[in-house]
Amino acid sequence: MFLIPCPWCGEREESEFSYGHEAHIVRPEDPEKLSDAEWANYLFMRTNPKGPHLERWVHTAGCRRWFNVARNTHTNEILAVYLMGEKPPKNLAKEPVKGAKS
Amino acid sequence: MTHYSIFSLLRNAMGYHQDWQQAWRSPDPKPEYDVLVIGGGGHGLATAYYLAKEHGITNVAVIEKGWLGGGNTGRNTTIIRSNYLWDESAHLYEKSLQLYEGMSQDLNYNIMLSQRGVLNLAHSLGDVRDTKRRVYANKLNGIDSEYIGPEEIRELVPIINLDPNIRYPVLGSSLQRRGGTARHDAVAWGLARAADARGVDIIQNCEVTGFDIQNGQVKGVHTTRGDIKAKKVGVVVAGHCSVLSEMAGFRMPIESHPLQAMVSDPVKPIIDVVVMSGAVHCYVSQSDKGELVMGAGIDAHTSYSQRGSMHIVEDQIAAVCELFPLFSRMRLMRQWGGIVDTCPDASPIISKTPVDGLYFNCGWGTGGFKATPGSGWVFAHTIACNEPHPLNAPFALDRFVNGNLIDEHGAAGVAH
Repeated sequence: MFLIPCPWCGEREESEFSYGHEAHIVRPEDPEKLSDAEWANYLFMRTNPKGPHLERWVHTAGCRRWFNVARNTHTNEILAVYLMGEKPPKNLAKEPVKGAKS
Repeated sequence: MTHYSIFSLLRNAMGYHQDWQQAWRSPDPKPEYDVLVIGGGGHGLATAYYLAKEHGITNVAVIEKGWLGGGNTGRNTTIIRSNYLWDESAHLYEKSLQLYEGMSQDLNYNIMLSQRGVLNLAHSLGDVRDTKRRVYANKLNGIDSEYIGPEEIRELVPIINLDPNIRYPVLGSSLQRRGGTARHDAVAWGLARAADARGVDIIQNCEVTGFDIQNGQVKGVHTTRGDIKAKKVGVVVAGHCSVLSEMAGFRMPIESHPLQAMVSDPVKPIIDVVVMSGAVHCYVSQSDKGELVMGAGIDAHTSYSQRGSMHIVEDQIAAVCELFPLFSRMRLMRQWGGIVDTCPDASPIISKTPVDGLYFNCGWGTGGFKATPGSGWVFAHTIACNEPHPLNAPFALDRFVNGNLIDEHGAAGVAH
């Protein structure tokens, strides 16, 4: 169990949230032109890193809004929280964030 | 290698058990091997053992970053069964179960296989129909499997709650009488000892830091104990397969999740079968020491932290206590987590890769222990012959491109 700082509700227990898996996987703009290998890459292949991971969470038992999280998958430290549509922060080796934007 | 028998036991008893040989050597890595197996868990050791035994390839090393059998092999709930729905899975797991049945004699090491029977409960009309379908599919594949109703369940498991008014009533169950449990450490140690006796080097505390790949062909690996050359490399690292595939320059359809298990205080024998429920998600058996061995589901998030979240344990315990109300006053003695490599279709990948001479065996997710010998057996064939055995041909990496997925989610439920 770890705490996740929701950008709208603040720090809450992980069990209030649902996981949306890897972030920034863009749906192909012209799906009909994709080869089978490109489809497989979009649908199934994942980076699954040990270390900083960009992922989506939704505050299911709270404000029910989606947002992005950068989390170290080795330690479960939350490195950054940023909104949908925003670009991920560049330097993820920084200190983990405490608390969230109000 | 000393042959273990009643006579060797008596002989060593005379010498106050001072003269037992080491079960396996701890050699330094040689500069080059014919085959390197990365990962010293059950599957990796089985691969090395069957490479030596079935294919005569003995210039083999197993390299392990920690200690032997210290990953998921030492962390699982030791359940063995082969009652899978789809033909591909059923044949693979049945091969494994058959190898388990002869394993203690084959390895000259007691793996404490206990074919006590495995029940997979059904809690709704849909469950009942799915369970019957799976039982019939098993029978058509020549696998022992039967459907039993509440009265037969009561005879096998008198302590189970068969009240029709609970939230998820027990309506029926599949039963595989040949299923059961084995001693997980003994499987790893027995395979290590037998592989070592055939000349396999087992090198612990040796972590792979990179691959030497030239012109799309693997030439060796870089490790924390120096570079090791190898003609072929088999990767069997469970939760860390994406880390190694990244080193080799390709991605896998794998996500790594924590999976937790726990044991209770030891008590007198109270349940002598394995009870699993995919719907309420719990599985329970009792170890020879008397502990109830229970498994939970995976955490939703990916992680390499080898620990899961407490709310997962709470859900698991709630399910156990509804099925077995008398367990509610017991205490948990230990709880732990491992990292499992889950595949989108909940089936493993035992396959060649885009790099020549590099093979991956991964994606076993939450249910790899039961497959240990079968997985090693087909992977050894894949490495030795540079092509898959018919048993593991359907489990190739390219199934994610050509769409021939083996969707075992429905068959296995969530519990493996």
